[in-house]
This record gives sequence, C-alpha cells and structure tokens, in this order.
Amino acid sequence: MNKLLAGVAALGLMAGVAHAQEKLTMAVSIPSADHGWTGGVVYHATQEAKALEKQYPGLKVIVKTSPDGAAQANALEDLTTQGINALVVLPHNPDELTDPIKKVKEKGVFITVVDRALRERSVEDLYVAGNNPELGRVAGDYIKKKLGGKGDVVVIQGLPIPINEQRVNAFKKAIEGSQINILDSQFGNWSRDDAFKVMQDFLTKYPHIDAVWCQDDDMAVSVLEAVKQAKRTDVKFLVGGAGMKEMVEKVMNGDPMVPVDVLYSPSMVAVAMDVTAAGLENHIPVRGSFILNATLVTKENAKDFYFKDSPF
Amino acid sequence: MSEATQETAVAKRRRFEIGSIAPFLALLLLCGLGAVVNPRFMSFDNLTNVLTRSAFIATIAVGQTLIITGGGLDLSVGAMAAFVAGVMILFLNSGTIDNPFLLIATAMLLSLVVGALCGLFNGLVTTLGKIEPFIVTLGSMGIFRSLVTWLAQGGSITIHDSDLRAAYRPVYFGEFLGIPYPVYVILGVAAIGAFVLYATAYGRRVRAVGSNEDVARYSGINVARVRTITYVFQGLCVAIAVIVYVPRLGSTTSTTGLGWELQAITAVVIGGTRLKGGVGRVWGTIAGALILEVIGNIMLLSNLVSEYLIGAVQGAIIIIAMLAQRSLTRR
Repeated sequence: MNKLLAGVAALGLMAGVAHAQEKLTMAVSIPSADHGWTGGVVYHATQEAKALEKQYPGLKVIVKTSPDGAAQANALEDLTTQGINALVVLPHNPDELTDPIKKVKEKGVFITVVDRALRERSVEDLYVAGNNPELGRVAGDYIKKKLGGKGDVVVIQGLPIPINEQRVNAFKKAIEGSQINILDSQFGNWSRDDAFKVMQDFLTKYPHIDAVWCQDDDMAVSVLEAVKQAKRTDVKFLVGGAGMKEMVEKVMNGDPMVPVDVLYSPSMVAVAMDVTAAGLENHIPVRGSFILNATLVTKENAKDFYFKDSPF
Repeated sequence: MSEATQETAVAKRRRFEIGSIAPFLALLLLCGLGAVVNPRFMSFDNLTNVLTRSAFIATIAVGQTLIITGGGLDLSVGAMAAFVAGVMILFLNSGTIDNPFLLIATAMLLSLVVGALCGLFNGLVTTLGKIEPFIVTLGSMGIFRSLVTWLAQGGSITIHDSDLRAAYRPVYFGEFLGIPYPVYVILGVAAIGAFVLYATAYGRRVRAVGSNEDVARYSGINVARVRTITYVFQGLCVAIAVIVYVPRLGSTTSTTGLGWELQAITAVVIGGTRLKGGVGRVWGTIAGALILEVIGNIMLLSNLVSEYLIGAVQGAIIIIAMLAQRSLTRR
C-alpha cells in the first residue's frame, strides 16, 4: 500500500513538473479497425479523445491505430519520442508487445493496458478490461436456463487466442452437469463470412439444433441469415456477445431469435482513457484493475447500452 | 503464328485434354470422399450451399485466369471487392432513387463502373508505368483496403432500409428451377470468360502476350492494351462477385474479402492455368474454386479433424490434388 501511495505521489510529482513546463500528453495506441468490435474501439477512442481535451484544457490526446503487432511496436516507439506522460494501449497480441510496452514504461510513462493483459502483469499501472470468462459463463447460464437444462447447442468460436479460450472454457463450465449437449464447436474467426459458412454447415450436419452460442454479434448476423435461409424452425435462439448496436436493437424489440446479448463493449477503451486522464490531471490514485461486468442485456435494460451514433 | 508452333500445338493437344479434365476428376474424387465422410454431403441443400458460396471466388478467379494467362497478376481483388461493396451499399443507403428495383439496378451498374475503373487503374499503372504487377496490385490492395475502412469509419457499412434489403436479398438466396441464382452467375461469367479467351482474336492475343511478350510485340500486338483490358475484365468480375455478395449479409466491413486474392489465384492454378502465363483454363478455374469450397465443407461436416488442424488438412489436400494432376498431365 505504501509502495502504491509512493507511486501515485511520484506520478503526481512528475505530472506536476510536466504541467509547469508544458501540456500533459496521453497517447492511445489501438489496433486499426479490422472488424466490427475494433471499429467500435476506434470510434470510442476518438470520441473520448475529443471529450477529454475539452474537459482538461491542459491535456493533449494522441490516438494512433496500427494494423498489426509489428506496426504497433513501431508506433509505440514513435509516440514515446514525442514525449508522453501516459499511454493507453490495447495490444494486438499482448505476448509480443509486452517488451515494447515495458520500454515505454522505463521512460517513466504511466501505462494503462486495455482488454488484453500483458505477459508480465507488473508492467501495467492500470488494467481495464471486459470480463472474458464471465462473457462465457453468463451466456452458458442463460442458455441452460432458457432451454430448461436440456438441449443441443452448437458453438461458433472466435480466433484461437487466449481470450477466446477463456470464454469457451467458462461456457463449458457453466453448462456442466446439465443436459445441455455441445454438438459441435468450430472457429468463425469473428468474421461474418466465416461464421456464415460454419453455420450453414452446422445446419447441414445436424438435423436438430436448439440454440447457438456465437460469442460475438458480428457472427450473430451471419447465424441469423443462415438459419433464415435454411428455414429451420428447430433453432430457438442464439446468444451473441459484445453489444453491437443492431443486436441490442433486436433485444430491445423483443426478437425471439435474439432474446439477450452479453456485454463486452468496445467503449471500455473510453473508460480506460477517462480513468487515466483523471489520474494524470487530478492526481488521484487510479492504479489497479478495472474489470467491467459482462452484463446480460435484456429487453428491460437494453436502452442503456444502445449507442445510436457508434458504428458498432 | 508460325508453322512450327502450330505443329507443337497439335502435338500437345492430347496432353492438354487430359490436363483440362484433371481438376474435374479431383473434384469428383473429393465429392466421393465427402459422401463417405457424411451422407448429408450429397444432399441437394448442401451441394447448392457449397455451389452458391463458391460464387465469389469462382467469379473473381475467372478474371484472374485471364490476367494470369496474359502474364499478369492481381493481388488487389479481395480489397477491391470490399471497396466496391462499400461504394455500392453507400449508394443504396443514399436513397437517390425512390423505386427500390431501379435503385438496386443502378447500384449494380455503379459497382460495375467502379470495378472497371479499379481494374483500369491497376492495368494502366502496370503497363504504362512498366512496374511488376505484383508490386502495383500489392499497392492498390492497400489503397482499396484503407478506402473501405475510411468509408466505413472503421466499422461496417450496412444496408439500412430493411425493405430495400428484402428486395435485394433474392439475388443471393433466390432460385430459378431449384438452382440458386449465384450458380447461374458462375456459369454465365465462366462462359463469357471462356468465349473471350478461346473464341476471339483478343483471347488469342492474351495467350500470345502471356507465352512470350517479345514475340507478341514483334508480331504487332499492342501488349500494353491487351494486358490493360485483362485488368478491366478482372475489375468487372470483382464487381459481379460483389453484386452477388452484398445481398447475402447486407453489409461489408474492412475484413470483407480478406485473403480472396490468394484463394482466387489458388483456384486458377489448381484449374490448370500456367502461373507463368500463356495457357489459361477457365472451366478448370471453376473446378478449382469448387474444390477449395468443397474441402472446407467436408472438413466441417466430418468429425475426423480437430478444429485446430483444419487449415493444415486443407493445405495438404490442395498439394495432393496438384501432385495428382501433375502426374496425369505429364503422361
């Protein structure tokens, strides 16, 4: 605790000195929009950057997107040479970016990591993320309850990376002991086109499917389309995830195929930026972990999670 | 064409005939495998699903066949597809025309124009700039990809009007005589491609340019023009693929068409077209595109392969198919 306070004090001192000399600068390094969710991240980051600069006149926020891990490592170097006080980073692949981020930290920069935890957890000062295991568990629990503890489901996974693994394992654990049977589980790579093919083939392969868990709303769009094309009435509903505008809207309107959504909002990057800025400007202790709930979006609360202007 | 080359052409004809049916044999073999793995593979619904799904790659690959036959290459097709789709959906959303059918028809026309212009750009830079097509189209791939990301503002571009979407949806999902429309599109595009390549003077020039650029030039062929037109044709093929793609999910993102260029080139090569140019097989390309799609389908329908290894098995099957074909054609 003492160490933490000392850290905050040191940060405050550092920030104070910087303040006297020039504006404080916060850099935000995020992946470029390669699918719907990261598109949402880019949107929320740029919106929040504008809002923060208005709120704190002494603060400059630089948002930089990178198409892949190597480009992001370069971007981190470039940002550091410009002189920054805090870095908010959503790493492409946390394993390969741990060292580059560590180098930034050595320059005395406050590090906030979003969504994907680094290999060495001591590098990050603040960690903001959605709850991946919870996303799987909440979906599993809901499917179990909705099907009355008995039924056949198919699973469409994302990409084979750790957060996908966490979600899928938690999902399996949630339905453990019930008579929910996972017929099949394949990768849809968080891509609409891939998920469409996988779902078409699932429908060919299994004459009876009760529900689909596809963990991501981009892929949910394709699942809906494939089920509609096959004119299958056995598929009762699907559970996606993330909180895409179109899906939240369906939940709001009571679409029987999309009764709920599980939140994993790209707006978490805005939370990270906001808390980081508060730490920089107001010298309040913000070090630690900030895990957002994987809230179950239902017809009742859907309007709270509907962002009309967001692209996602 | 000199007498000597004509003679060799006759001598080679027999060999070519075996070569031209090899991809179809491979396809048949794969279908046999599919039927063994899961009886549902041969169900009418599954076969039409697979045929319909292959429409994008097959259509694009027909254009690629012409380009490769002419000694070129186009890596930008996937990104171009995403870009054309983006422009098309934005136009549909603009609602400039009230009548939905007229609007859709105009949007189709627009995507053909945009596709042709994208192709013309690739063609002109390659031929007038005298730059390797690999580099030019790698560059334009980046350009088209970023443009669609920019148009989408990082998200997805979706048809907003659900009535419009419903009106356009049958282009992918609708059918005539029980066969989905995209299948007719594949056949139509392939027939046009085959006609152009085999039955027209232009097609002969494409093959001549691809087999020996210098000889073609000395015999008075405008190499630059012949090549540029192959890129325009490719652009049109991409646009046709987009016209069929957009009604499926009604949206496009910056990841649309990712890797399509490699799939199209693979389909072309599996189909028996020579990567170095000079020899093109349009129908073989269609078989190649179907082979790619069927392999993926069989993998998913079978329980033999772990989901982690699907890519490896797909790769192995492609290599084996090529080896089998080679041993057939060498005879």
